Amino acid sequence: MGVAKYIKDERGAIKEVIYQSGIKVKPAYGPEDLEKAGFTYEKDLGAPGEYPFTRSLHPQSYRSRAWTTRQYTGFGTPEETNERFKLMIANGQNGLNVAFDLPTQMGYDSDHPLAEGEVGRVGMAIDSLKDFETAFAGIPLDRIGSGLTINAVATIMMAMYQAVAEKLGYSKTQISTTPQNDILKEMIGRGAWIFPVEHGVRLVGDSIEYAVKELPKSNPVSLCGYHIRESGATPAQEIAYAFEIAKAYIDNVTQRGIKPEDFVGRFSFNFNVYGNLWEQIAKFRAARKLWAKMLKNEYGVTEKKKLFLRGLFGGGGSGLTKEQPENNIMRGAYYALGAALSGAQTTALCSFDEAYTIPTPRSALLSLRTLEMLMDEVGLRDTVDPLAGSYFIESLTLEMEEKILEEMKEVQKWGGMVKSISNGFIQRKVSRQAYEFEKGLQSGEYKKVGLNPESKDAMAEKTDVELHEYNEEWAIKSKANLKELRATRNDKEVTSSLKALEKAAKGSDNVMPHLVKCCHAYATVGEMAGVFRDAFGEWDEPEFY
Amino acid sequence: MLKAEDILEGSRKAEAQKAGARMIRLIEDNDPSAFELLKQLYPHTGEAFIIGITGSPGVGKSTLIDALITEFRKLALKVAVIAVDPSSPVSGGAILGDRLRMQRHATDTGVFIRSMASRGQKGGLSRATKDAVVVLSAMGYDIIIIETVGAGQAEFDIASLAHSVGIVSIPGTGDGIQAVKAGILETGDIFIVNKCDKPDADAACHELVMMLGMRNLSETRWKPVVLKTIAQNGTGVDKLVQSFLSHLNFMKKNGLIDRKKKKLDRLYFQSLLKDLTLEKILVFMNNSTDFKEMLKKIESGSMDPLSAAELMVNNLITFE
Amino acid sequence: METKNKIRVLIAKPGLDGHDKGAKIVALALRDAGYEVIYSGLHQTLDQIMQTAIQEAVDVIGLSIMSGAHLPICEKLINMMKEQGLFDVYLTVGGVIPHQDIPRLKEMGVAEVFPGGTSFEGITTGMNKLFK
Ligand code: B12
Ligand SMILES: Nc1nc2c(ncn2[C@@H]2O[C@H](COP(=O)(O)OP(=O)(O)O)[C@@H](O)[C@H]2O)c(=O)[nH]1
Ligand SMILES: [Mg+2]
Repeated sequence: MGVAKYIKDERGAIKEVIYQSGIKVKPAYGPEDLEKAGFTYEKDLGAPGEYPFTRSLHPQSYRSRAWTTRQYTGFGTPEETNERFKLMIANGQNGLNVAFDLPTQMGYDSDHPLAEGEVGRVGMAIDSLKDFETAFAGIPLDRIGSGLTINAVATIMMAMYQAVAEKLGYSKTQISTTPQNDILKEMIGRGAWIFPVEHGVRLVGDSIEYAVKELPKSNPVSLCGYHIRESGATPAQEIAYAFEIAKAYIDNVTQRGIKPEDFVGRFSFNFNVYGNLWEQIAKFRAARKLWAKMLKNEYGVTEKKKLFLRGLFGGGGSGLTKEQPENNIMRGAYYALGAALSGAQTTALCSFDEAYTIPTPRSALLSLRTLEMLMDEVGLRDTVDPLAGSYFIESLTLEMEEKILEEMKEVQKWGGMVKSISNGFIQRKVSRQAYEFEKGLQSGEYKKVGLNPESKDAMAEKTDVELHEYNEEWAIKSKANLKELRATRNDKEVTSSLKALEKAAKGSDNVMPHLVKCCHAYATVGEMAGVFRDAFGEWDEPEFY
Repeated sequence: MLKAEDILEGSRKAEAQKAGARMIRLIEDNDPSAFELLKQLYPHTGEAFIIGITGSPGVGKSTLIDALITEFRKLALKVAVIAVDPSSPVSGGAILGDRLRMQRHATDTGVFIRSMASRGQKGGLSRATKDAVVVLSAMGYDIIIIETVGAGQAEFDIASLAHSVGIVSIPGTGDGIQAVKAGILETGDIFIVNKCDKPDADAACHELVMMLGMRNLSETRWKPVVLKTIAQNGTGVDKLVQSFLSHLNFMKKNGLIDRKKKKLDRLYFQSLLKDLTLEKILVFMNNSTDFKEMLKKIESGSMDPLSAAELMVNNLITFE
Repeated sequence: METKNKIRVLIAKPGLDGHDKGAKIVALALRDAGYEVIYSGLHQTLDQIMQTAIQEAVDVIGLSIMSGAHLPICEKLINMMKEQGLFDVYLTVGGVIPHQDIPRLKEMGVAEVFPGGTSFEGITTGMNKLFK
């Protein structure tokens, strides 16, 4: 999914190419196109590492440092995950990207009725600090940073990460964690929301404020255009919505008397790479530029580094097919190429068995190797932003910039992101597009090899993909651990720390210091989230059609 | 085969709840067996307090009903809801979304929520809605709430179904005033200004009160109430419940409720009469040789549709 | 009166799985194919799904499951449906369903399985077949 629309004549020659973001591509580009658009090197590109960073955040980009790879890992119990972490690190991965199971993401303990059948299934099951102690045992937390894919209860996991570091002998100033912590995008298209919008945003604000004051190396929010794109947004909307979401968080934090300059440098982004190659490259270049411009002009941010759009560009799940799964290995390579040509600082790939199962060790390694190939073996490190100056790429980057701004304006017209999500405008737009797009795929209007009728292959459909096995033991073990924990921990400490948390949640104190105390007291994720559930209530999703 | 007695205890027994739900399905599908069953259920109706909630799309009707259910349940009253959404004029299909807001009550045995598509009925409220009310009333629900999209006609239709009508508007749109001007004044008993977390709520209420104040009231006329709510967090909904109940009491005290019920019966009778005669006559006509004759004439161009229709009907009347 | 025999479908998202794109676009597709669709919203318990199916008198429950938990979920719901005597309602399921699991689902009593990659036409054909 994610390719352009090609309108052809009867002999198969292309008459028109239209990208998903709504841009028409000409048969050829030349200097006149740049001239017409008023393109200048200083204004629109700048030297690598210079404002507006269209070309790169750093003067030498990959020459000084290849990209960081962060394959998404985690399943089963903390023991299993710990093993997999160590395997990925031993194989050269320099950061972790931690997956949690759904009960953890939804703030339920492993023994909650709603957790049945889900414990450890799509990520690791975490009930308390005990589990984090196991998961991160032997991992050098001062050198290896961890992305935590957690949102509604991100504050809890961030607190727990600090607590585990302290337990393992590191200080909170040494550790670097990036919880995903982007609740608004959950409400558009990831579904792991719990609390009503305004409380969700408040928790994000609390974590940013806390990170600014206490966790100098951590990045409290990762803004995810990725999931919005996977839900049906165009590449331009992916960027636009992420930026508008960022503005909602910035507003919350500045209301606390903290200047944007003091925290926007800690934002990171998570964007998608599937789709038309050129559109992706232009998207990332335009995004870097727009973000820097917006921070500078609208928020008065001046320090260079704080204008950086840092992040992970990768994934591409919706691009991968169930049909002929081996084709996905090739697709992954092309996505990675797009990411590299876009100057992705950090990257990860979905594995070829994406449509079947969470990755097996074999498929995860294959993705890691694909990423490695592109650097020194294929030559993507040789020079910075190799496509710069291409008439086509520069024209397209300018057009993408326009499209992104247009989409942002629409959200502003609707009253900003919080409002647009509360009343379902964005969700409606995105699901309608997903529907239209799916119809286009099914009719063959959009090309997808292996899926379109002409490339369906009866033999290949029978391919047996090795499945990641779900192990019932995980739930049994997690439940047993929980039982033991509840019997052995200091109940008084648990109760009093939870009481203090409740007071903060119902009032306006920052919840983070209280959460750290709760974690140290071995309060469970379900207990802490339960306090929030009582204090905030739960969100009702709006209609989508 | 469904039997009327299987349905009667529907608000108490799981089995009967299922039967009631199937019964409403028969009504919607215009199943011939529904009519006979309805006749048997009708004598068991009459106790339920029927509330209509109407207003423009998006004003928060479903959210408000969700909160109303919570409040009525606190009073240990059993609640049924009928939420009507339009069918797609193109495909005839529908996505029925009101329920989404009330889903937290799905497992409460004292609550029954039923979505209905308008299935091409003009005005949004079909006779099927009234029939469904009969079923729910016979099942023994204390409160029956009907949600309807307040697009024009439905606002008037709701008054022919409900004992008490709440008209929902929101601040800043002038919707409430519009409604009053459009003459809905006469049908609304309680005017709800929802989303009062937004600016201009007081102004909206004030305006409404002013408009309503112009209405002439006799001793026995209920003085419409204007209320502020925030449906999302339930603010003001306890008062809303009290207002509905006061309205009921007022009607009881003044003997108005019986009058109202009689009026609703009369209206039901009229709509049944219209539907049944129409059905009968259409069947009769469609099978008549005259009808086929006329069609041929229209096709061949020897007669225009207007004259053909007129002639058919005139012939019909002279048949007697 | 055009009121005859509409097929009513409950599209439900059981459990904690938050993938809703598939469920939503299938709801839209079914509406456009003339079905009456009730969408449950995310994070539903099986109890909620059961009660909704009963009160809405649907002909079909369509679960959309992406997390991989389709076997335990379907097994449990089938049992609940049997217990409550919901014999006239078909259970169908779509989402990330490995083909190895399809025979087991059918054995349990799932009427039809619509794994990833099923076209909308395939879905309506499969659904309509249930009522032949
Ligand atoms: C898009 C996607 C996402 C998006 C979701 C966007 C959204 N709003 O839905 C995002 C990026 C947010 C996401 C997140 C996650 N995802 Co995801 N995601 C996918 C992906 C790539 C595609 C799913 C999809 O939408 N397909 C397109 C739609 C149209 O197809 P479909 O849903 O299958 O529906 C078709 C049929 O199945 C059928 N159908 C579906 N439902 C129904 C219902 C009825 C009644 C009928 C008749 C038919 C029917 O009709 C549709 C049309 O053909 C799949 C992998 C893949 N390629 O399948 C992974 C996948 C489902 N995700 C996965 C995981 C693990 C996650 C996470 C849990 C990761 C984590 N640990 O945090 C998160 C959390 C989500 C959550 N809260 O639950 C796993 C599940 C593992 C498993 N089953 O073993 C998968 C398989 C990827 C993988 N290999 O690891 N994901
Ligand atoms: N701000 C605010 N939003 C509300 C309130 N009540 C409902 N809403 C929102 O308004 C939207 C429409 O609500 P809904 O109940 O579906 O409206 P309906 O179409 O009239 O049934 C939803 O997004 C609700 O969450 C309220 O009191 N305040
Ligand atoms: Mg509604």
